[in-house]
Amino acid sequence: MANTSRTPNDAGAPLIVAQGVRKHYGAIQAVDGVDLHIRSGELFGLIGHNGAGKSTLFKMMLGLVPATAGEIRIGGALVTGRDFRAVRRTVGYLPENVVLYDNLTGLETLWFFARLKGVSPAEAAPALERVGLAHAARRRVREYSKGMRQRLGFAQALLGKPRILFLDEPTTGLDPEAIRGFYAMLRQLRSEGVTTVITSHILAEIQERVDRIAIMTAGKIQACGTVQDLRDQVDLPLWFSVRVSEADFEAVRAALSHLPVDAIEAHDDQVRVRCRREAKMAVIEALARLDGRVRDLTVREPSLEDVFFGFSD
Amino acid sequence: MEIAQIATIASKEFWDRIRNRWVLAVALVFTAFALVIAYFGAAQQGSVGFRSIDITIASLVSLVIYLIPLIALVLGFDAIVGERERGSLDLLLSMPITRLELLLGKYFGLAAALAFSTIAGFGLVAIVLSAKLDLNALFHYAGFMLSSVLLGCAFLSLAVMLSVFAADRTRASGLAIATWFFFVLVFDLLLLGTLVVTGGQWGGELLPYLLLANPADVFRILNIFSLDDVRVLYGLATVFPRALAAPWLLGLVMLAWIVVPLAIASWRFRK
Repeated sequence: MANTSRTPNDAGAPLIVAQGVRKHYGAIQAVDGVDLHIRSGELFGLIGHNGAGKSTLFKMMLGLVPATAGEIRIGGALVTGRDFRAVRRTVGYLPENVVLYDNLTGLETLWFFARLKGVSPAEAAPALERVGLAHAARRRVREYSKGMRQRLGFAQALLGKPRILFLDEPTTGLDPEAIRGFYAMLRQLRSEGVTTVITSHILAEIQERVDRIAIMTAGKIQACGTVQDLRDQVDLPLWFSVRVSEADFEAVRAALSHLPVDAIEAHDDQVRVRCRREAKMAVIEALARLDGRVRDLTVREPSLEDVFFGFSD
Repeated sequence: MEIAQIATIASKEFWDRIRNRWVLAVALVFTAFALVIAYFGAAQQGSVGFRSIDITIASLVSLVIYLIPLIALVLGFDAIVGERERGSLDLLLSMPITRLELLLGKYFGLAAALAFSTIAGFGLVAIVLSAKLDLNALFHYAGFMLSSVLLGCAFLSLAVMLSVFAADRTRASGLAIATWFFFVLVFDLLLLGTLVVTGGQWGGELLPYLLLANPADVFRILNIFSLDDVRVLYGLATVFPRALAAPWLLGLVMLAWIVVPLAIASWRFRK
């Protein structure tokens, strides 16, 4: 049975620990020396190009693929060790693009996986309700839309109240409203102490929603931390958009002339300013001294996508 | 090994085949063929109606030897590769289950479906004919049904092995068809061809043992040796030494044909 009870003082302790993990397929190094600590109760994102090794790492964390070298432990137990059954009962997994069994109903699908997990079939109906599929419980999966199938897969992952969720591209096929509901559910689960490891291609989607992110390229973790940590590490410039009337363009230029600004471009009714992070506050102060001439000001921080390309290029 | 996990997988596979009427369809095919053969099998000789169980079984053997391997291969070729292709294999393997348990669960569930339709299909015919059969004939017919189940299980085991090795479903289906051609059509021709070309110099001694290397031939020998009326009708059977034709020995060979491909599949699946 899954153990969901957590004492407050183990919050934040490493729950998933990967040490020196490598995986070779012949001459190909799919995973090339990964060290990773994922804390209890954390929403952790794993991003990378296709073929960067994140799927392999994911499968290794689940114990599906044995490591060529190194080890992965969940709650102190080796994922491929003697206690693998106990470890797997604490884990929920949603594979990417999974096709569930067309000929079963939603409820039957969950009964089947509940039996495999050693969970009471009575958990199936509440799990369906949680993902908003109670109305379709007795319909065959064949009749489900793509989004409904994805939610059914997620309900499957929730069986047995797992401590850890591994979700591989979980929002594929969901509409924007469903995506929002999905992340709301993840936050709810986090407040219940569930640790989630998630991959996504849509970086904009996860950048504001995860606690920490690891960027993977060519089998290695290039960087790991909060989105802000990563921005600091890669040191990308910021963009200011300053809305002023055309007559005041020169005043803006003059105000910034003594500051370490990389570029100033004028477009229509705004001036775009690119500068280093260190200059950010000085630029804001200089613009504030222009009194009422600045009508609006927006600062665009480098997005996760910018950061990602900063690391992977 | 946890039997409960094997049973969970097996019962899903079995009930899937019941629900999609696979079992019913195959059972009806068997019943229909068996009835037609029992009543019209002797039409060439100018008579219609049930004559003898031996002749009926001999005709059924010729039919079943084509049909059951084909049905078993079609049933099992996508057991593993199908799950892999739809992406559900990783999900199944992320459960508290070993690869061996999953493989055995798949095999037993499919084997149960095949055995159930075989016994139901041919059993129905036995009930229809029961008034005309004595105990000895019933015994022979039961032996025929049992060996048919074993034949199906052997080819199912081969199918599951292919489904572990194949990279995708298309290739698995190709391999399944090639397997059927080889064992059902080509194998005996190759043996006979070798005998004829070498004038019996090569392979004559070995021939009985080579026949054991084909589960379809084992099935044929199992059935034909028990029928005195029929044994003389079959050329191949007459060169077969009686000692090798003991039902228990042939049964063991069939079991080996079930166990060995599964063992190879399990070895490969773990890699």
